[in-house]
Amino acid sequence: ADIISTVEFNYSGELLATGDKGGRVVIFQREQESKNRPHSRGEYNVYSTFQSHEPEFDYLKSLEIEEKINKIRWLPQQNAAHSLLSTNDKTIKLWKISQRDKRAEGYNLKDEDGRLRDPFRVTSLRVPVLLPMDLMVEASPRRIFANAHTYHINSISVNSDHETYLSADDLRVNLWHLEITDRSFNIVDIKPANMEELTEVITAAECHPHQCNVFVYSSSKGTIRLCDMRAAALCDRQSKFFEEPEDPSSRSFFSEIISSISDVKFSHSGRYMMTRDYLSVKVWDLNMENRPVETYQVHEYLRSKLCSLYENDCIFDKFECCWNGSDSAIMTGSYNNFFRMFDRNTRRDITLEASRENSKPRAILKARKVSTGGKRKKDEISVDSLDFNKKILHTAWHPKENVIAVAATNNLYIFQDKIN
Amino acid sequence: MSLLCQAPTALVGWPPWLEASVQHASQFWMANMYSKGTKRKFSDSVDVATDNKAVLYSRQRQSLLDMSLIKLQLCHMLVEPNMCRSVLIANTVRHIQEEMTHDGSWQLVTEAFSGSGPSDHLVATEVLCRSSVLEQQDGGPKLYSVMGYDSCHEEEVVTDEGLCSVAVGDGAPALLGTIDHCWDRAVEDRVIKDSGSEVKDGTRSWEGAKTVMGQVFGTFEIKNGAPGSDPALEELFSAVDASYYDLDTILTDIQSTPKMGPYNLLDSMTSSHGPTSNSSCRTDLNELDHIMEIIVGS
Repeated sequence: ADIISTVEFNYSGELLATGDKGGRVVIFQREQESKNRPHSRGEYNVYSTFQSHEPEFDYLKSLEIEEKINKIRWLPQQNAAHSLLSTNDKTIKLWKISQRDKRAEGYNLKDEDGRLRDPFRVTSLRVPVLLPMDLMVEASPRRIFANAHTYHINSISVNSDHETYLSADDLRVNLWHLEITDRSFNIVDIKPANMEELTEVITAAECHPHQCNVFVYSSSKGTIRLCDMRAAALCDRQSKFFEEPEDPSSRSFFSEIISSISDVKFSHSGRYMMTRDYLSVKVWDLNMENRPVETYQVHEYLRSKLCSLYENDCIFDKFECCWNGSDSAIMTGSYNNFFRMFDRNTRRDITLEASRENSKPRAILKARKVSTGGKRKKDEISVDSLDFNKKILHTAWHPKENVIAVAATNNLYIFQDKIN
Repeated sequence: MSLLCQAPTALVGWPPWLEASVQHASQFWMANMYSKGTKRKFSDSVDVATDNKAVLYSRQRQSLLDMSLIKLQLCHMLVEPNMCRSVLIANTVRHIQEEMTHDGSWQLVTEAFSGSGPSDHLVATEVLCRSSVLEQQDGGPKLYSVMGYDSCHEEEVVTDEGLCSVAVGDGAPALLGTIDHCWDRAVEDRVIKDSGSEVKDGTRSWEGAKTVMGQVFGTFEIKNGAPGSDPALEELFSAVDASYYDLDTILTDIQSTPKMGPYNLLDSMTSSHGPTSNSSCRTDLNELDHIMEIIVGS
């Protein structure tokens, strides 16, 4: 129940939120750089923990609603408190996380323990003073956005107008206003009239980082649709349709499954977007719909193992991907607790492992390699000895610095750049 | 299912090139598929190398089809199944069925159970009865945590025991095994007699496949409390015709069982199966009955 299901930095990178299968949210805060150790960057320590969602039971359908947190998205900070949206399969909640490190003492009408003072005892007027106290962080649910999704929510995305956000389930995308919980607008509906004809579902959706009228959603058939909300109330007709033509030589029974897009992310610049399918990561230029501009193979050696991966359901694993702050690098996870980073400029890539045995604190991570040929070199791992239960599905990159967070099942790893 | 577990010993006496191809195929599929056991007997009479390649492909495709159908069935309904996964598996099944329809091999599968002639009917009956006898000898199929509300345990399903471990809790996998058995026979007959490739109009089997898919996604419709759920249920049952003994009906029945939740499992199985399938299902039903009582009781 403490399997991490989502990881997200906030806008400044000071806070890192994780959600887990048990419905809990844990927020880490970066330590301020101390004068004592000027050469060490701030470390992340637990800031707040709270139970976001509880398991529910839908009595009408006799089904359990899992409390697993599918996504967390931070809201831009508008005051001293921090806000985030967290969602499970059915309900989205807006949490406000506020901290108190001072309290007032010396009230006139109240005692220190809160009891009302006898008015006759009040002989003089005093001004309450603020005294420091132990830091107390409290999270409170400010909004609950419920009952808008028939199917399982897979994505939420805050709009650049900071007023609205979208939520997507398997067949529909809804638009919400952050202040209004009893109403949402359906902007995409791909549910067929006859469910027998259902062949495609929505797998991810995201708002454009700068244009508040633009959003994209990806499908299980490997297509991405970009929609403009100004065109119509119901964005069933896309403005742009991104699909790479299939390579007929590599067609197999699993072609469609491995083309299913598990994650879509706009670049920070808003010019590109990145999609993750089972074996690769593709970078698309929003101005070119017929093919991606860059394709990176994550674990091509699995292509010959697709049947067994289908059998043990690993082929349905949904890997996420992320950009670095400057859009020059991208990162995604793989199996055996490996994760991969690709430098878009130099075209170099690296495979790293997130595991306790192989990395001590402050040690530099060693590059890993999976051997595909017959001969296995020293330090390489053969494909057959990969552990498919150790999968890194969720990764996050600090918005400004080279700090990454990698979730490996129930462990969170935070890696930082080496300081010279 | 002891008959189908004799795979290793059946390798004795084969031509070496055939043994090598079969072993290659089994390595390609990391789990042992049950067709390996049944096919051995008939392969001796196949003496064309190119045919063997096509047969291997067909077997692999059939195994994939059966694996996919099992995956669709084994989605337990305490938590709603992952729709994306179900859609992708269903599309894979559709794709295979399309290809098999073009090949003409799909209609062979349906023919194995169609009531086209009394002898065919009896063959189907005999095969189904035989599998049920074997199950009784084994003390019934092993029931894994199908009724426990864990995630799908497909890795437990297909093991070295072959088909005997595929029978996890309802009569469906036994039927699938016998279907494959009949299909192998049909293929063998076809190969030996070299019958002309009658590419029958696959619309009948395609309709059946569509109904199968409809049942799967009918789940989501019904489960989601759509206002028109009553007509949807009626549609579900209307597709089930007890006197129509072909693959479509059997698969439809199989599909319909998980959807209605555990409590209706037995009702749907008894009501929708025809008399020929009852024999194999009866032992499973007794087991299911027992398990259901425990669960309901707790």
